[in-house]
Amino acid sequence: MPAPYALNDDSVVVIIGSGAGGGTLGNELAQKGIDVVILEAGPRIEYEDFINDEWDSFSQLAWLDNRTTGGGWRVHKDFPNLPAWIVKAVGGTTTHWAGASLRFQEHEFKGLTNYGKVEGANLLDWPITLADLEPYYAKAEDKMGVTRTNGIEGLPGNNNFKVFKAGADKLGYKECHTGNMAINSADRDGRMGCQQTGFCFQGCKWGAKWSTLYTEIPKGEATGKLEVRPSSHVLKIEHDDSGKVTSVVYADKDGKQQSQKARIVCVAGNSIESPRLLLNSASSKFPDGLANSSGQVGKNYMRHTTGSVYAIFDKPVHFWRGTTMAGIVRDEAKHDPSRGFVGGYELETLALGLPFMAAFLDPGGWGRSFTTALDHYDKMAGMWIVGEDMPQEQNAVKLHGELKDKYGMPIPDVWFTDHPNDVAMRNHAYKQGMAMYDAVGATRSFPTPPYPSTHNLGTNRMSEKASDGVVNKWGQTHDIKNLFVSDGSQFTTGAAENPTLTIVTLAIRQADYIAEQMSAKSI
Amino acid sequence: MVTIYQGRPGLTRRELLKRGSAAGALLIISGSAVLSTSEAWGLESTALKPETIATLIQLARDIYPHDQVPDKYYAIAIKSHDEQAGKDAAHKELIEKGIADLDQKSGAGGYTGLGWEDERVAILRQIEDTPFFQAIRGSLVVGLYNQKEVWPIFGYEGESYSKGGYIARGFDDIEWL
Repeated sequence: MPAPYALNDDSVVVIIGSGAGGGTLGNELAQKGIDVVILEAGPRIEYEDFINDEWDSFSQLAWLDNRTTGGGWRVHKDFPNLPAWIVKAVGGTTTHWAGASLRFQEHEFKGLTNYGKVEGANLLDWPITLADLEPYYAKAEDKMGVTRTNGIEGLPGNNNFKVFKAGADKLGYKECHTGNMAINSADRDGRMGCQQTGFCFQGCKWGAKWSTLYTEIPKGEATGKLEVRPSSHVLKIEHDDSGKVTSVVYADKDGKQQSQKARIVCVAGNSIESPRLLLNSASSKFPDGLANSSGQVGKNYMRHTTGSVYAIFDKPVHFWRGTTMAGIVRDEAKHDPSRGFVGGYELETLALGLPFMAAFLDPGGWGRSFTTALDHYDKMAGMWIVGEDMPQEQNAVKLHGELKDKYGMPIPDVWFTDHPNDVAMRNHAYKQGMAMYDAVGATRSFPTPPYPSTHNLGTNRMSEKASDGVVNKWGQTHDIKNLFVSDGSQFTTGAAENPTLTIVTLAIRQADYIAEQMSAKSI
Repeated sequence: MVTIYQGRPGLTRRELLKRGSAAGALLIISGSAVLSTSEAWGLESTALKPETIATLIQLARDIYPHDQVPDKYYAIAIKSHDEQAGKDAAHKELIEKGIADLDQKSGAGGYTGLGWEDERVAILRQIEDTPFFQAIRGSLVVGLYNQKEVWPIFGYEGESYSKGGYIARGFDDIEWL
């Protein structure tokens, strides 16, 4: 029943991107009877076609268009053309994500107030509070089937979790469990329960993990009010003399340029492509790019303070078996500056298959110190660090000065350097993670550097004042009333939590606002 | 095309005499082929010199040494360089010059003439930032560890969907904690 809309239909809401933000917003609007066209750069790959093989799946799903990097982060050295490990397909990175669904903590909405002025950081308070989001968090958790909410049972702990939990207990951590996961622990919402297959990152072939690909999008399509156009890569957003956006120019599956008219445009292409698109849409009226009167488009790029700890034991663990990230310690997520840094971090279980472990354990590493680690691959346990990083103005997504993509648009150049607070936090987390494993008898442990970013945040940030950021508390750009940002690039600060739940929550809330404004005829 | 084939090749006395002297001393050059007598396989070279391929196999093992992984898998992991050299003269030069440089740095017996891994690794530390070394290491990290036949040697079980995941196959079977 997907509704086909005409290119010259100027009554539609055009959403760019079909991931956590775009896919959710599209369904929410369609459920309200609003006509929606989602333009998705990638192909539509249904979940039965996902591949239980790390490199093959990477080729199938990952966003592999050329990108460049700069700055002091190690990703720039080891993966110079792969700043981010995100997805180009219908469903966006919700096909790849691990499912961890945590609400932000109250203090994290007021970074500047609670952390104070941190030198070199561009901290700002969100223009909203936890209380503003709570009703929408509740809706998102129900929609996504988050475990340990709405009476949904937690997932069972796998081997990797059991090692992690034993270490957490030995260290005296109090809040350790199998997580709040948007992965069905039993059949729910027409989707089956987790079969402990262990390829969450490669797309769940059972559909047990929530993804917009097989929840929001088909539900929206079933209303007859949502059309998803895959393989439609948006190049430019156009506006009229008054500055209102009017249409979206995209390259279709054959590379032919098309122009879709729109009443409202919502950008949800992830924190690299969204600012890139706004910058690439510069015009004589907006010479610095759309919605960029503050100069903040593309700035304050955040990627969470991440890292991993792997450890080897003298007996088998088989940590690749089962749900990849169903395990968390939350005790370090608090803001406790006595640790030597502001903000906090989560520790979450993580496993990689042998091919990716070889690529990511110590990128560039070789020789026996490296290979003797892999020799004990079956005796490894692993965890991931995810903590709040400091927004910094010079960490940014910029347009490349020379390189262009196949459509002639400048490619994104992603700059990132750790803030000293990020480094202090990561070192603390490494120490705690290694101590957890030491406590259960690890014979060797590895502080593994961050991977290419999966959490890309902050490049069109939300602010009370138009001079401080790109969008207001509804994700509506300060400069252009009918232009919205609907992905994680809205985040004012990153918080310690995996971002997807908050992206979905903001999208549900934004849909209510857009519907209200449309019926009030103010946009 | 480079082919990897199974089967024990016949050896002439001359071929035996051309046997390398490095640690394993198992690879033999015969015409355009690199042969392993102990593992019973051969690799036909097309663009690179067979001696270059034999050295590449030793180099691959020195970069990612796993004593439990037979040479065959290192041979498979480096054969893409022979294929690429056939299509790209610049790549052929990168590899041949890289190996020649390695031999030159290693003294009279060449790289494979150095008996101890530590001696060879000391040479590799001198060149680890070169495009040659990075090309070999970069291709190996996928070419070696992405071979499904190698996975069981490390205990990795690979694809699990067709077996119904691990829900009834030991996702939580740890007993030693």
